[in-house]
Amino acid sequence: MAEFRTVPADASTGRRFLTWVDDRFPLTKLWNDQWGQYYAPKNFNVWYIFGSLAALVLVMQILTGIFLTMHYKPDAGLAFASVEYIMRDVPWGWLVRYMHSTGASAFFIVVYLHMFRGLIYGSYRTPRELTWIFGCLIFLALMAEAFMGYLLPWGQMSYWGAQVIVNLFSAIPFIGPDLALLIRGDYVVGDATLNRFFSFHVIAVPLVLLGLVVAHLIALHETGSNNPDGIDIKKNLGPDGHPLDGIPSHPYYTTHDMFGACVFLFFFSAVVFFMPEGGGYFLEPNNFIESNPLKTPQHIAPVWYFTPFYSMLRATTDLMVNVLAVILALAGVLGILRGRFSAAGKIALAVGAIVGIALLKTFDAKFWGVVVMGGAVLILFFVPWLDGSPVRSIRYRPGWHKLVYAVFVFFFLVLGYLGSQPPSVAGNYISQIGTLVYFGFFLLMPWWGRLGHFKPVPQRVVFHAH
Amino acid sequence: MSDQPIDSGKRTWIIASGCAGVVGAGFAAVPFISSFEPSERARAAGAPVEADISGLKEGEKMTVEWRGQPVWIVRRTKEQVAELPKNDPLLADPKSERNPDEFTPPYARNEQRSIKPEYLVVVGICTHLGCSPSDRFTPGAQPSLPADWPGGFLCPCHGSTFDMAGRVFKNKPAPDNLRVPPHTYLADTRLLIGEDSKA
Repeated sequence: MAEFRTVPADASTGRRFLTWVDDRFPLTKLWNDQWGQYYAPKNFNVWYIFGSLAALVLVMQILTGIFLTMHYKPDAGLAFASVEYIMRDVPWGWLVRYMHSTGASAFFIVVYLHMFRGLIYGSYRTPRELTWIFGCLIFLALMAEAFMGYLLPWGQMSYWGAQVIVNLFSAIPFIGPDLALLIRGDYVVGDATLNRFFSFHVIAVPLVLLGLVVAHLIALHETGSNNPDGIDIKKNLGPDGHPLDGIPSHPYYTTHDMFGACVFLFFFSAVVFFMPEGGGYFLEPNNFIESNPLKTPQHIAPVWYFTPFYSMLRATTDLMVNVLAVILALAGVLGILRGRFSAAGKIALAVGAIVGIALLKTFDAKFWGVVVMGGAVLILFFVPWLDGSPVRSIRYRPGWHKLVYAVFVFFFLVLGYLGSQPPSVAGNYISQIGTLVYFGFFLLMPWWGRLGHFKPVPQRVVFHAH
Repeated sequence: MSDQPIDSGKRTWIIASGCAGVVGAGFAAVPFISSFEPSERARAAGAPVEADISGLKEGEKMTVEWRGQPVWIVRRTKEQVAELPKNDPLLADPKSERNPDEFTPPYARNEQRSIKPEYLVVVGICTHLGCSPSDRFTPGAQPSLPADWPGGFLCPCHGSTFDMAGRVFKNKPAPDNLRVPPHTYLADTRLLIGEDSKA
């Protein structure tokens, strides 16, 4: 057994109690490792607020979710009415419900900005690959959580949205139809589906999500935070062994994050109190009609945070599959003619390209739409290995790289907008271009990421005290 | 790790018991995964339903619910039936040859995709991603449809179009024609949906 710590005879009761705990549970150690003595770079800018805001929203969603569960009924016959009951009859129920529904959209806004921060400052680069991957898994779990949560109010959009998404799985060759049956638990989206989505939404996915958040933070606090300069602050240690460009998270970032949380809550409250439906984007008008399995609404669209990916799904028509086949063929030919591969590598490349094209033409465009949509999320996992630029931060990349990021963001927003609109011919062509830009940004990163004249990276972070 | 040599005998048994544990966990997972399948009650709910079509006038559609899905019964006009063969070159699968076992029972593998030329019976669920198409019976140009529209159905979700026999037009997201459910006529105006004729 370890020796107990000694306390001075005149120590306060609180101090004595903490020592008693620390002898049995590493409370002080955990606090210091994870926050109190965690040295974060001193040059964080506004982009660095979204991580702690995401944590705030997560806590808010869990708390409001617990209270909603006390009144909600996961039954196809009662669900819609129970949500209206929460809105009208449960004291303050409307506030809890609107906090939860607005919180879902806020979560995605914060997380998208957090991910963009990671992209522009190279936060995914060595040694932070696992922090990034845990983050991508959180994003994936969040999408599952949001999708299943959206079924619960059992409105028209809930029902037909779930119908479309579950049917996506049935497009997978061979196992698809059985898989869709397994997800629904019935031949149509029904009571069984609602009940199991409720179970996933309130317990299974949140547990996974919390575990992933812990892993994300442990990984981050192991490697240390990146910063807008992309400089490793651990290379310049002071005499006390702490980074010269770092400050302890407590009290510095505690107060910083509390200020950020206040600003965030200003905006959040404005939405909750004055426009809880978010202009039809946070809560869609059709979802105020109870689900009707016999009638699809005139226009169905997913909630805004899924629309970029939904656009890519719709963009994958027979024409798009042909375009992809041509691109694959060109990539194969270029790789063989210009690539520095061995003879065996080139043969493998040729075989791979031919098999790829054959597969593209064998399965329906419907299936490839699902692949494109899934691939759009999965490709994020590979960013740490796709980016080969000599610097981390966009600050020291060639000027035109900013333009590349701008084009990427522009098309992502355009895809998001088009996904919320009814299908149209022109819109479909634009989404096809947008889909190619999205994938081109990531898949061509090994090339464009190295091109151009990079600026010298300073030894110490750029920081001007206020 | 310790610097002692690896006891390969012990190592083999550790691997063997580890594998046995994984197999056991796999078996233990079976009941849980199986519980995701449709329950006995859901299976039983797939019983056939009867529809009385005596009140259906020419050019009208009625909807009945079978297995939680909308089943449409359309009484086509003589002109609509006569128009059907003209659509053939525009259709992806005019003869219903794709996955016939799943989408078209043998007695509906004809130009009208029906037992009686007049009555179309199809499941009103788009074969793309499961939305329910809306009626666009009036021919001619109209929003979201081509100028030479012959009359049929339009899916609001992803724009697939079907003709008056539930056959999908070319270059649309939906890969298959609308499904013709198993059905049979109990009498001239009484239709049983969900069961083929026993004869």
